[in-house]
Parts: sequence; structure tokens; C-alpha cells
Amino acid sequence: MATVTINGTVHDLSQIDPSTPLLWVLRDNLDLVGAKYGCGIAQCGACTVHLNGQAIRACSTPIGSIAGQTVTTIEGLAKDGKLHPLQQAWIDNDVAQCGYCQAGQIMTAAALLERKPKPTDAEIDDAMTGNLCRCGTYVRIRKAIHDAADKGGAA
Amino acid sequence: MNQISTNADAYFAAVMAEFEAFTPKKAQDVSRRGFFKLSAAAGAGLVIAFAVNPKVAEAATAAKEFVPNSFVRVAPDGVITIICKGPEIGQGIKTAFPLIVAEELDAAWSDVKVEQALIMPDIYGRQSAGGSTSIPANWDQLRKAGGVARAMLVSAAAKQWGVKESELTAQDSAVIHAATGRKLKYGELAMKAAALPVPDPATVPFKTRDQYRLLGKSYTGVENLEVVTGKPLFGIDVKLPGMLYAAYEKCPATGGKVASANLDYIKTLPGVKDAFIIEGNGVVSEVMPGVAIVADSTWAAFRAKAALQIKWDESNASKDSWTKSVTKAHEIAGKRGDTVIYSKGDVEGTFKGAAKTVEAFYSYPFVPHATLEPQNTTAWLKTDSKGDSLEMWIPSQTSDRAKTQVAKILGLKESQCTLHQTRAGGGFGRRLVNDPACEAAAIAQRVPNTPIKLTWTREDDMRHDFYRVGGFHNLRGALDAKGKLVGWSNHFITFTTDGKNPVTGGNFPNEEFPLPLLAASETTQTMLPLMTPCGAWRAPRSNGIAFAVQSFINELAVAAGRDHIEFFLEILGEPRHLPPQTIATLNTGRAADVVKLAAEKAGWGKTMPKGRGLGFGFHFSHAGHVAEIAEVSVDANNKITVHKLTVAADIGPIINMSGAINQCQGAAVDGVSTMMNLMVNIENGRVLEGNFTEYPILRMKDAPQVDVHFIQSNNLPTGLGEPALPPAMPAIANAVFAASGRRLRSMPLRQAGLTT
Repeated sequence: MATVTINGTVHDLSQIDPSTPLLWVLRDNLDLVGAKYGCGIAQCGACTVHLNGQAIRACSTPIGSIAGQTVTTIEGLAKDGKLHPLQQAWIDNDVAQCGYCQAGQIMTAAALLERKPKPTDAEIDDAMTGNLCRCGTYVRIRKAIHDAADKGGAA
Repeated sequence: MNQISTNADAYFAAVMAEFEAFTPKKAQDVSRRGFFKLSAAAGAGLVIAFAVNPKVAEAATAAKEFVPNSFVRVAPDGVITIICKGPEIGQGIKTAFPLIVAEELDAAWSDVKVEQALIMPDIYGRQSAGGSTSIPANWDQLRKAGGVARAMLVSAAAKQWGVKESELTAQDSAVIHAATGRKLKYGELAMKAAALPVPDPATVPFKTRDQYRLLGKSYTGVENLEVVTGKPLFGIDVKLPGMLYAAYEKCPATGGKVASANLDYIKTLPGVKDAFIIEGNGVVSEVMPGVAIVADSTWAAFRAKAALQIKWDESNASKDSWTKSVTKAHEIAGKRGDTVIYSKGDVEGTFKGAAKTVEAFYSYPFVPHATLEPQNTTAWLKTDSKGDSLEMWIPSQTSDRAKTQVAKILGLKESQCTLHQTRAGGGFGRRLVNDPACEAAAIAQRVPNTPIKLTWTREDDMRHDFYRVGGFHNLRGALDAKGKLVGWSNHFITFTTDGKNPVTGGNFPNEEFPLPLLAASETTQTMLPLMTPCGAWRAPRSNGIAFAVQSFINELAVAAGRDHIEFFLEILGEPRHLPPQTIATLNTGRAADVVKLAAEKAGWGKTMPKGRGLGFGFHFSHAGHVAEIAEVSVDANNKITVHKLTVAADIGPIINMSGAINQCQGAAVDGVSTMMNLMVNIENGRVLEGNFTEYPILRMKDAPQVDVHFIQSNNLPTGLGEPALPPAMPAIANAVFAASGRRLRSMPLRQAGLTT
């Protein structure tokens, strides 16, 4: 049985074509629409989720390749009813304009803070380079990541 | 067979005319106590908006709420619901509109919940977003909605206490009788207010600016919690029971028709429910011919779409070529244009008598909008013995127009159509056109009684846009012996589809800076043929013109051996509001003020290390006066770093400071992105670029620091979605010159071998 654990729940995905990208399984089959479609070729990062704690592009990850593994999406980032420090920092800094890329930005940043709890500007830029923001909210994204890190952001 | 029209200009002309009609013309002094006066056009919408939507009234009665008009509901538990009439596209009006209502209502912001209005132009008037007009066009209507509600709550309290209304004040969702220290919360007054007659809106005065408690402070967006937790907010997130997923393939060359397609094979593919040709109505802003695929998932639809083999009939399709247009423009640049579109004074005489003349050729390419949320719409046609109805969910800037369009396409009355406006993942002018909604309606018609979500691929989105038109300016300037600008000439080379008028976004405004400020100036124009549809791209016209004109001003200042800003302020001259003194005409005093502020904040004139320079740009558009200064370095390998942009803007009083700064920061980053890297090539009628690999939007590592400063003058508050973009481009080009001595006259700069 092809199962994937998503946000703590085990899902049997054996009825779905294994070549289907994780993004569309999340969005169309499981009603988890936080991960977004932006490019379909791992260029924009709007679909970013965690696979075993690493930030990956769900649009280019066939579900057949992740059987038995663990996925966390933006919907599973808050723990015990408490927002992840990055989510709170995003609200406090009023980061979003259109907001379409922001779930992907937060997921990439969350993986970064797990690796580097106090990242420098250069480390942030390096980690976030795969996530496009068409509205140009980069200045606030950088600030929000620093703010979350200052509050012990690797929740 | 329908006639094919790739010309969206008439559609855009109607959209622009509507924005124009609903936007106040006259300058207002918002520091003074004002009563409600409306232009005839806006008035019609407003009167109706104060007649409560019957559906809302019914629900309110059931819920025992006070509903003074279609914008406000006050529940007995104290929750104040404010309805946002227009679409949130990232410009922040879902927060700004309710703030304006809440200010006049004297509501505590923490008591406010925001709801999105259904598309009901008969109730709300215009429900679109574009041209940075949302704030100025709705300012009075929204203030009045809040003010009328407050007046009724105050009146209810006066009756309950048996005191005069003049003895009462309102604050933080409560009415206060200062003389006795009594206080009643709005929730407690709601049902008593509901029993009172609604006063004539004209009798309720607006607050004066010094009485504001909410406006001008910083607020986080009202949907930010949903954004950061991944809740379904956007059009693309819509999910309905039994919904199917659609994709639509059109001819890569605009105007082509389907000759044949491998539909039988496509229908055998996994997940595909149906595939069919749609002839469409041939209108590029509605439904062009193509092949629709309906499947049980987006992925199945996209995969089948990739397997399509379509033979296109391109006999009437576009053969446009960008490279041929560029060649032609260079050939004719030095001549006068075919038509004179502006002329003042003795231009040739001035040039003959000049101490010095300068000539330069500027160009900019076509660009798509590339909203990060690709175009999409969900449509559900319900056929019933009692009559058909259509329900749609649209991320659009003009859902009110979409209602008219889809009703026409499906042969329904508008009253049979219910439209939900979803949050939109970016607009930038792309979603002023409702072609995706019209396509979704046409597909839904073939699959009735099933909700259909049409999603475009990124490649569809990039190749079927209404582009910012490319353009060329051959500029000449004349300086007198003192180095003063005395003459100006521009041969503007643009494009036309109908052979008569420039395409949308490709016209040169008659009174564009600096033409009316000089004794001798002219613009001549030549139009090259084009079929590619063009549209409104963030700050239409201005986004190209500002680069050419404001870079050339810098060239002239350099030629005159003068400081750019000093030279610029001399052109502005004495402070005055140019005729006819509408919000659409330059005020040289406001301009000079923002220029001086930007110079001061950016440290203009400070000594810079080698390879690093400051550049200045100003532009007036969309009622906003904005000056920007870029700090840029260029290294030996031609790598450009934009360190910082300093923005100084006067758009009148700020509604939400956080949102306003965000718009300026975003516009500045968009400016760097567009200036450095962005263009599409068009050959044989096809847009060659399809995804972000070939259309490299700026990434975080290249984003500058952006410092934003406002002059909050007592003028009518105006919009900020657009006016902070145009000055960024010339500021960068001028800074590159200051840093390296290289004068770059063609966007994007990467064409000249410069990289970020």
C-alpha cells in the first residue's frame, strides 16, 4: 500500500497515478490548498512543503517517489493550536500583499530555521532564492524571518 | 464562423472611461469639514448603495442586526461587519476600505469583521480595481456609509437617554454622554438604531482630518491569518462538490483558429472526461477559439493538454515580430513622426538658437503581467425547469464587467448570474480582462450542472496576456547658454492594431512632463502595425515613458554640467497646479516637495566610493507625485547591485501606513526587476517565453532595501498601486550612469550585458 503521512495523518494514495505530482494530490484530492501552483517546474517555490523536514517543491515531486515518507504542509505548521513563530512574524510584519507566494515562503523559511536558528541576511537570501514574490515583499520577508529567529523561531 | 478580433483596445477604453467617470476630478482639501457632494456618475451608485440589498436586509432581520446600508451591519453582540465592495488583488483594499468606513463610524477596529461583497453593481456601483482609483473613487461613499451608521447610533442613544444628539460623542464602538459619564456600546444600541429612519446622507457631515483615530496608522491585512495558514482564499483554491477541472489550449499566434485536433486520442487519456473544440466569439477579451479538456483533476487536464496535437489555421493570425519592429524603429527614429500630437512654441527655432543640443534613442520591450496565481475561474451552470442560473468564482479586477460578459455569452440575464469575487494572487492590470472567466463560462455551458474550474498553466498565462506594449522615444533637448532646458522634441514610436489609434498603454499623454513647462516642445508620433493584444500593465504608459523621459533629463543635466535635481527643480519652476487643475494634472509644488524630501533622505550629493552612484527619477501618474533615488554599484564584471531605493511620495493622507509602505516597497522591487531583467520576445506572432526560467522575476538576493517617506498633504487621498513604480526605472538607469559612466537606453539592462 502506497501511504504518505501528511500533517500527521497517514493517507493511502494507492488509487492515484504514482506519476502525479504531490502538489495536485494535496490540492485536488486532499483539499489542502495552501501549497500553490505557480510554475509547475520548481522555479517559483509557491508549492513548497516539507518532506521529512526538508523544503521541497511539491509540483515536481511525484507521489510514487515518496511512499512511506512524511510531508508537512502549511496547514500542518501550527502546533497545538499555536501559530509557528514565522506565521506570527508574517502577521506582525504585515508581509503579504497578494499573499499567493507566502505559504511557500514560510515553509522554506521554517526549514531554514530548523537548520540555522539565527540566520544572517546572506543565509536568508541563499535559502529563499527559490521562492519568487511577484509583489516584491522580500524586504518584509527578510525582516519577518529575523524577528521569528529572535523569538526562537525553530518552533 | 465568428470574425476574429485580437484588438482589446475598445474594451480597455471602456474600462478606463469608467475609472475616469467615478474618480473625483477636483482637488479637495481634506482638512476642512465637508458635506457630501457627488458627481452625477458616482451619485447614481451611491444612492443605490444606501438602499440596502434586499437579501442582506432579510438576513439581517433574521439575525437581528442593525443594517443602515449595504456596507455596515452591527450585531447586538457588538460585532461590526463591514462589507468590502471591491476585489483584493494585493493592493490592500480589503483592509483600507473597511478602515475608512470604521473611521467615520467611530468603530473600534478590533470589533470589525470584514466580508467580501457579492458582485451587485446595482447596489454598490462600480466594483472593480484599477488605475489606482479605488481609494479616490470610493472615499466619499465609504465615509458616508460609516457616517450614516454612526449618526443613527448616536440618535438611538439620544432617544434612550432623552438628551440632545449634540451632547453626545462616539468613540471605540460606543456613544458617550460626557456630561453624565454614561456610555452605551454600539451592540446595545443596534436594535434601537434599526428602528430609526435612515437620514439623508447629505445631512451627515464628514469628520475632519484632525478627528481621525484610525486612519494613518499601521494595520496588518485583515486576511493575513488565512494567508499564513494556507486557507482557501484565492480563485484557484475553489473546490465544490462534484467539481471537474478544465484546461484550455489556444493558438500560440493570436488570432489562429482550430483546424483539427486529436480529440479522440485525448478522450482516452487517464482522468479525461471530455475534450471539445470551442469556437468562441472571436473576441480576444472574451473567448478565442481553442480546445477544452475536462478531467477529474488539474493534473489530468494539464497532462492531456500537453498531449494535444492541434492543427491551427493561422491564415488570419498574428505574424508580429519584435526584432523587425526594433529594426524599423531605428530606421525611422531620426525623422519626424507621421503625426504631430503636441506642439508648443517655435521648436525648430529654439533648437537652431540653442547653445547645446542632445539627442538620444530609448526603447523598452513587451512584458507580461505574470501574476503568481495563474488565470483561473470556477463556473457552474445550473439548468433547471424553473430556469437556468450561473454561479462563478472569479479572481478578477473587474468582476462587475465579467457579470455582463458571461451573461451575454451564455444568453442569460445578469439576474441569473451570481458572482463571487475571490482574493486574487496579484493583478497588475492583467485581471482587468475577464477572458478566463468567459472561457470558463463557455466550457461550463458544454458541461452543465457540474462545477468546472478552469486553470491556465503558467505557459498559457505568459503567452496569452494583454502585454505592456513596447515603445521607442527619439528624444532631443535644447539647452541655452546658461544650461537651462529651453526646447524638447520627442519622436514617439508606438503600435496600432486598428490603424487609427495607439494600442492600450501605447499612447503618449499630451501634457506629459516636461512638455507644458517649456516654451518650445513637441511630440510627434509614428505607429507600427501590431496584432498582439496589449493592455494595462501597472502604471500604463508611465512605466515606459518615465524611463525614457527621466533618463533623458539626466542626460541633459550632465550635458549642461549641472546637478540633476537642481536642473530638475528649475524645470518645475514656481509651485502651481497645472490646468485644468484636476487630480490628473501635475502640481509642481507637490512635485518639488517630494523631490527635495527624497534628496534629503537619500543623502543626495554625498561623496560616493568609486563604482557606486546615486540616481534620481520623478514621475507623476495616477494622481501620485513620487520621487525616487537609487543607490547602485557596478563592478568590473558589469554586475549591478541596487543597494537601496529611497521613495518619497505625496498621495494625500495615508489610510493604512503599513499597506502604503508595502505598496511602495513592492513597486520599487518590481521596478528593479523590470528594469534589469524582464521582457518577452515575439516572433511569428508567438510570445517565445513561457515560464520563469526565461522570464526571471527578481529574487530575494537582488532585492534592495527600500526606504519610504510620505508627505501627507491635505489633498484627496489617492491610490498607490501604481505611481511608485515608474520613477524606479530611471532612478536605476541614472545611478548606473553615475556609478559607471555607462548610459543605458534600452530596457531591460541585461541586454547590455549587465547582470544582477
